[in-house]
Order: sequence, then C-alpha cells, then structure tokens
Amino acid sequence: MSDNLLDVSNLVMRFGGLLAVDGVNLQVKPRQIHSVIGPNGAGKTTVFNCISGFYTPTDGTIRYRGKAIHRMSGHRISLLGLVRTFQHVRLFASMTVIENLLVAQHRHLNTNYFAGLLKTPSYRRRQREAMDRAAHWLQQVDLLDFANREAGNLSYGQQRRLEIARCMVTEPGLLMLDEPAAGLNPRETAELDQLIMRLRDEQDIAVLLIEHDMGLVMGISDHITVINQGAPLADGPPDQIRANPAVIKAYLGES
Amino acid sequence: MHRAIFPALFAAGVTFLLTCLVVGIRLEQEGASLTVVGADAETWGWIAFAVIGVFLVQLLQQPLQRLRQRLPTADITGLLPNEMLLHRLKPWLIALVVSGLLVWPFMVSRGAVDLATLTLIYVMLGLGLNIVVGFAGLLDLGYVAFYAVGAYTYALLSEYYGLSFWMSLPLAGLLAAVFGCLLGFPVLRLRGDYLAIVTLGFGEIIRILLNNWTSLTGGPNGIGGIDKPSLFGLEFSRRASEGSQTFHEFFDIDYSSGHKVIFLYLVAVLLVLLTIYIINRIQRMPLGRAWEALREDEIACRSLGLNPTVIKLSAFTLGASFAGFAGCFFAARQGFISPESFTFIESAIILAIVVLGGMGSQMGVICAAIAMTILPELAREFQEYRMLMFGGVMVLMMLWRPQGLLPMKRPHLELKTS
Repeated sequence: MSDNLLDVSNLVMRFGGLLAVDGVNLQVKPRQIHSVIGPNGAGKTTVFNCISGFYTPTDGTIRYRGKAIHRMSGHRISLLGLVRTFQHVRLFASMTVIENLLVAQHRHLNTNYFAGLLKTPSYRRRQREAMDRAAHWLQQVDLLDFANREAGNLSYGQQRRLEIARCMVTEPGLLMLDEPAAGLNPRETAELDQLIMRLRDEQDIAVLLIEHDMGLVMGISDHITVINQGAPLADGPPDQIRANPAVIKAYLGES
Repeated sequence: MHRAIFPALFAAGVTFLLTCLVVGIRLEQEGASLTVVGADAETWGWIAFAVIGVFLVQLLQQPLQRLRQRLPTADITGLLPNEMLLHRLKPWLIALVVSGLLVWPFMVSRGAVDLATLTLIYVMLGLGLNIVVGFAGLLDLGYVAFYAVGAYTYALLSEYYGLSFWMSLPLAGLLAAVFGCLLGFPVLRLRGDYLAIVTLGFGEIIRILLNNWTSLTGGPNGIGGIDKPSLFGLEFSRRASEGSQTFHEFFDIDYSSGHKVIFLYLVAVLLVLLTIYIINRIQRMPLGRAWEALREDEIACRSLGLNPTVIKLSAFTLGASFAGFAGCFFAARQGFISPESFTFIESAIILAIVVLGGMGSQMGVICAAIAMTILPELAREFQEYRMLMFGGVMVLMMLWRPQGLLPMKRPHLELKTS
C-alpha cells in the first residue's frame, strides 16, 4: 500500500449519456495542499461530490487511509475525517455562528437523550469542550467577536471563513475546499491563502482544493492535478504545470 | 378600473355557478324517482347577495389592498415587557402559572374543569406535533394515528390484561414511538408533499384497521368501560372494586363526582408540564440543534457527518410518543373510545393549532390550542358554521400574521467571552 492519504483511481462518473468524469486519478499525500484545476465544466466539483459521497461513482475506486469509501454515504465519509465546503456557502443561516460550530460537533457531544434531559456531568463536560473547541476555531478564523451573531448576517468573506471553521471543528484528516476564494476581494484572498497554509502546517491535515484563482493555486499548492472535459490532463508540482503546453492550450485555447 | 371588470365578472360567474349547484337546486325524492327542485326565493336572494359581493370585492381589489396596507400590521412584541425584565421574572411567572393551574379547578364549575382537561390534551398533541412540523420541518398529516395507537394501547391492555393507567402510560408512549419509527423508516426519504400524503394514508390505515378488526378492537362499537386513573391505588368511584379502596373512603369525606374530574385535570396538568419541560430541554440539546440544522440545509448536515435519516426519525418518534401519552390519557378520561375519535379532521385541527400558534413556538402552540378548543365551546349556537368559522379564522390569520400568533424564538446558546 502507498502512503497516500487519499487515493482516487480511474474515477468515472456518468449521468445518462453525459460522461462527466472519465478516468481521473488523484493521490493526496499527508500534509499536502493538493489543487484540482481546470476550465469551467471540467468536472472538478463532480470529482468532489464523488469523493465526499454525494454521488456514487459509476466506476473506479476511492480509498481514504487505505479504506474503500466509494460506496459509503456522505455522512459516514465525513465521520472518517473527510470534510468539505461548498462552492456556494451552505451555512445554517438562521442559527448563530457558535451554533453552526456546535452542530458540526454533533458526534463529539453527548447526544444521549436522557443525559441531556438530566444535564448529567458528562453531558455538561462534553458541551463545555465543544464550546471551547468552537471558540478556539473562531479565534483562528478571526470571528470570535461575531460568535453570537446570526450566521446569515455575516459578510460573504466571513461566511466563507466560518464554513472552514465549521469543517475544522470536526477535526478532519483531509479538508476539501470547493472554490474557497470565489467572491472574495484580493485582501480576503490573501488572508485565506495564509489560513490554508497555516492549517496544513499547524494542524497536520491535507487540503484538497478546487480553485480558479491561479495566483492562490500556484502560490500555495504542493501538487496540482489538471482536469479538462472530465479527463485528466496533467499532474505535477506547480512549476511543471505552469510550463506544460497542454495546460496552456486548454486554458487559453488553440492559437 | 375597467381592467379589473373582466376578472370580477368571471369570479362572479364562477360564484354563481357554484352556489347554484350547491344550494340553489337540490334533489328530492318523490316515490321511487328523484326530481330536481329549485330553492326558495330567500335562498336566491342570498345567492344574489353573494354574487354581487364577490363581484364588488374583485372589482375593488386594488383600492381595498391599498387600504389594508395602510392599516398597521399587528405587532404584539411591544405589548410584552422587555426581555431583561422577563428573564428575571421568569421563575416567578412559572411558579405563578403553575400554582394558578393547580388551584383554579377548585373554584370553578365542573364543566369548566372538564373543558380545561380537553384543552390540555390538545396542548399536548400540539406540542408533540410541533416537534415534527415545527422543529424538524416534516409535514405530518396523519398525526392522529399515533394518538389512536396510544388510546387503544391503554384500552386494550386494560380490557385484556387489566393493566392500570399508570402502567399503561409509558407503554402507550413506547408503542406509539415504535409505530412512529416503523412508519418513519421507509417514508422519511420522501420530502414535503410526498411525505404529507404518505402520513395522511398512514393515519387512515390505522383508523380503518381499528374499525375493521372487530374481534380485537370491537370495530365501530369501540371499547367501553375503560378504568379511570387512580391515585396511588385509590379509586375515584363511588364503590371500590374488589381489593382496593376509594379516595373518599380513605380520606373519610363524602363522595363527590367532582373529585374525579379535578383529579383527571391535575393528571393532565402534570403530563403537560412534563411535556413542556422535556421539549424545552430537547430544544437546547444537540438533538434540537440538529433538527433545526437539518431543516435549514440537509446537504450541509450530511457533509458534517449528521445522519439525516436518524435525526428525522428521532423527531418523528419523539413526536409520536407524546401523541401516545395524550391518547392514553384521552382513553382514560373518556372511558370509551371508538375509531370515530381519530378521523382526519383531528389531524387537521392539531396541525392548525401548530400553524396558528407559530411553527416551532411552544407558547404560541399552547395559546392556539386553548383558543381552538375554547372558542368552539363558547360559540355553541353557531355549531353548524363551525367549519366555516374555522376556515375564516385560518384565512384571516394567514393574511394578518402568516408567521403565527407568537412566532418561534429559539433559545440561542451564547458564547461568553471573558
């Protein structure tokens, strides 16, 4: 077995007559930032949906820490430590920021019905731990002052950060970010850049990233996979990708 | 205005056709054959009145709407004392309300206490359905089925095995929960309208089953002679059954049938307080937050490792168990139950209580349950027009306060920053 954290091989996803993903391979190593790039409609998000269990792939295998996950349902995959964000922010908008983070820690909390009714010591302790963890991550993404605000009232950039914090409180092994910089201004993008690097360096996690912002991708990625029209086009470190004529052709069109 | 005249004419025409068919003509039996008979002049007068009314309202729709917009929207938040004060007074208010509830029956008539007991049953049902509809956002049109399961559980256990009310109460809740789980498991992958239709069907299945399984349930004749609850073994009848003692003998007072009514009322108060406490706690528990999160975004929940099926099922099961408790108490209070008590209209009334009260709001549901049971009793002369009034109130509420009487204000967990 390899030392890869996530091993996707020959992934195929077909919707009726449409071949959305055709033979994609990904190897994400521990403590790496791995980016998936490609033109619009290339099938990047479909790959994400297959990995996170929202789609069942037509063919191919996906292994996380050596365990086959391509037939599992989404919530079980996330319990294994594979957590994702979404292209369009999906927060619980009418709940407060802190509550968003508590929902994410559902499995860490004592969800026993009677323990909660009677407020047993173990229930209180778990609740306190969850609050502390939530506060820690709010500090990390610089949202501590907004803890008791409704999530829907935050600015777009703050919502993006909250979504990342919500993933991080589940203590994942692999964080999957689907276009985290979309809709952010340059300053916010730079902050996001710092945050993602910090997650890799301090939290010992791998990050799988879909992004269009080439500055961000080239700056922080350890490894890049390029997908074009559902099929893998190139795979390698950033310098190599930047120089690859096939990639340039796919992005700029033929001259 | 001339643009409004054609739609208005059309609406008036439709009204005319419908009223003609429904009240203008009727079939009368003459020997073996049926003949069509027209209505009398007074009825035709009313029809003309209705048609003109519809025409005018449609014609003047825009001015009327402008007038309505100028009316102040109902805002009762201003009437409530401010939040800080309310928070400080809360324990005192609760104590006051509870002691009021306990003292009150000794001062009023027997009929009033009886009506209050009925109201409390609806409060319980409303609170139970509120879990399913208000918290978890699952539309359940067959809630009465679980009520029936609870009632029949006690009736049958009492008839065949002689089990007492207090023994049957947890069993009734448990069995209703099992039914909720059994129904929920296959259908909770459906959403919205589909779920509503399946639950509607389930409600009917239970009722028809009870109606036709004559050998066990007595069919349409129902089950009678169900024992009343006892107070630690003391009965509330005139003469004690074998091997037990009655309440008035034990305390050496004169027998009064009022004792029983008041005791039933107190049991109902106890059950309702327990329900309120449990639901209040659950709202603040991870489960309550998970329900709300699931209502907001199921996909996000799944991506965070929450199993949607299990969480929905828990709402369904818990809601059903409260209906089971209510049903068990209902059977004990009535002493007689038949499938007739568990028709679809009951589900509709309970749902109306939840919607009128404000989905997810406990106070609102309690107020609506009180209004929905007491108002029809006060307006007994208008018995025939009950459904009409019911519909009218619903329409007015939706126009005036679409969010319900007291919209939900969920207790938020606060992060205290030091």
